[in-house]
Amino acid sequence: MNFVKAIVAAGLVAASTSAFAADITGAGATFPFPIYSKWADAYKKETGNGLNYQSIGSGGGIKQIQAKTVTFGATDAPLKAEQLEKDGLVQWPMVMGGIVPVVNLEGVKPGEMVLDGETLANIYLGKITKWDDAAIKKLNPNVKLPSDAIAVVRRSDGSGTTFNFTYYLSEASADWKSKVGSNTAVEWPVGVGAKGNEGVSGNIGQTKNSIGYVEYAYAKQNKLTYTGMINKAGKTVQPTVEAFQAAAGNADWAKAPGYYVILANQPGDKSWPMTAATFILMHKEPADKAASAEAIKFFKWSFEKGGKMAEELDYIPMPDSVVKLIEKTWSADIKS
Amino acid sequence: MAVESEAGDIAAAAGPYDRARALSAFKLGDVTFYWITRLSAISVLLILGGIIISLVIGAWPAMKEYGFQFLVTKRWAPSADPPVLGALGPIYGTLVTSFIAMLIAIPVGLGIAIFLTELCPQWLRRPIGIAIELLAGIPSIIYGMWGFFVLGPFLAYTFQPFMIGLCANIPVLQDIFAGPPSYLSLFNASLILAIMVLPFITSISVDVFKTVPPVLKEAAYGVGCTTWEVVRSVVIPYTRVGVIGGIMLALGRALGETMAVTFIIGNSFRISSSIFAPGTTISAAIASEFQESDGLHQSSLILLGLLLFVLTFFVLAGARLMLMRLQAKAGK
Repeated sequence: MNFVKAIVAAGLVAASTSAFAADITGAGATFPFPIYSKWADAYKKETGNGLNYQSIGSGGGIKQIQAKTVTFGATDAPLKAEQLEKDGLVQWPMVMGGIVPVVNLEGVKPGEMVLDGETLANIYLGKITKWDDAAIKKLNPNVKLPSDAIAVVRRSDGSGTTFNFTYYLSEASADWKSKVGSNTAVEWPVGVGAKGNEGVSGNIGQTKNSIGYVEYAYAKQNKLTYTGMINKAGKTVQPTVEAFQAAAGNADWAKAPGYYVILANQPGDKSWPMTAATFILMHKEPADKAASAEAIKFFKWSFEKGGKMAEELDYIPMPDSVVKLIEKTWSADIKS
Repeated sequence: MAVESEAGDIAAAAGPYDRARALSAFKLGDVTFYWITRLSAISVLLILGGIIISLVIGAWPAMKEYGFQFLVTKRWAPSADPPVLGALGPIYGTLVTSFIAMLIAIPVGLGIAIFLTELCPQWLRRPIGIAIELLAGIPSIIYGMWGFFVLGPFLAYTFQPFMIGLCANIPVLQDIFAGPPSYLSLFNASLILAIMVLPFITSISVDVFKTVPPVLKEAAYGVGCTTWEVVRSVVIPYTRVGVIGGIMLALGRALGETMAVTFIIGNSFRISSSIFAPGTTISAAIASEFQESDGLHQSSLILLGLLLFVLTFFVLAGARLMLMRLQAKAGK
């Protein structure tokens, strides 16, 4: 895959030389791109130091940081501790988002319906094909459900959202885990694929009796009918910032080597089951120590002052307890 | 004196000596021109070779892993362990969408061209001509969005239910036009493709129709031919090669079109007998999954790209062969 690497690297070099030399360079996940660029903009105004972030996808971010062409990489799917150890990398969660199921059913209002992981998995497996299936009826005794076929919509492009969604389905359903599994792109048993969060929200908006999954921000901005979920603790929760943050707070970050925690299906009464963090990757012993220190300063600033900006864009800032852990990791693991 | 000697020099220079120099200057110019043009032409081969080599290198891990099996495997499961990746779904989608697109675009495109050159009143010619050119200038992403927001819903509510109802009890057809109606389907993508390739067929046909010598047509009209007979027996046979060239260009575009198709085809790797079901094409599959892919998955996507390259090559080569046969026949 060397030539692909070379092409991407060449693109990055071209992009970075056009900016100021003092800029920090990063590349990776597309999901956090809006908030990273907003932070970078505010940070530049405040300190004069710029950040150049290329949203080339999580896989690209991992490849770039391994090839040492960037100061930091970003990924939606965290690397396992062994992998981090092998490449001499440090990893931590930077910001979170929620994934919500959305439906288009006549007369059903946002938050009115409720689903659980098993049912959602069975819909996406093609086992539940009608809206008035007994399993859905049982969860929603008070909702008038049509007897029409369920139009299943999913992402067609490889994405971190799909990774986290399929990871949750694997957690919730053994059948899903063995038949499909989790990845940025999987072998979907049923449904049509739409491009990007925009594509899925657009398709749900137009197609009657459809179901899909999008990042919370898209559901909110497009006023889509999201559903509540029954979480691991068996409680019904609605997608709110508190519920996303509860999932992050309840995750056992301290005991997870390399912060390898996927926030799907976390315990806790208030936890939203489809919460996802996006991660930063950096070298323990960076080749360019100055740039690395500069990047850490930026991340520190983002944790301290970026929370409100994140919320404005419907991202969820990491809870303070987690930030404290991360700051300890920086001083312990990254040499500068 | 000085003037005279200078004049003498010029006179001497204007002798046979000068002629040789001028000739060699011409020759140098010719040689330089020859090499510049030759190098330009060769650069095409080099670029093409470079693309093929880099595709083969990128696709090598997938070729080694799957071999010929890649072509006949229906399953596309990048998350399976180990990943099972097969190209049959995208190949099927590419061929079917291109075929349907050509089925629609060829008669319509030729119809427009014939109308424009033979029947259209002068004042209507320019507006229609410009409209066709504009159709070619619309970026594919715009076609994609239009297909997604306007054409898709329209087809799903009107045309598709109608066809499904019409063919409900006819064998074979009931499988091809099977429900449920969908915004995103092979057929919708084909229709978008047909609109996109229309300008290729039309403008090239218009150009070649104009090359038919008026004498031929006038003679045909003179012996009492109708317009239809003139078009069928004079214009089309005279311009056959050019028209087929235009169709091939259009087919090339249809095979490779990415963005618009990705928006509206539904991106499903399954093969369904119904053209109202979602599908995918080679280019749409690559565009969708390349960014977040790695390892064998990425290599397989590059192998798909190589296949598209080969597929296009065979289509164009086939067209050449067909043209050569036609010409040989016409010669007899």
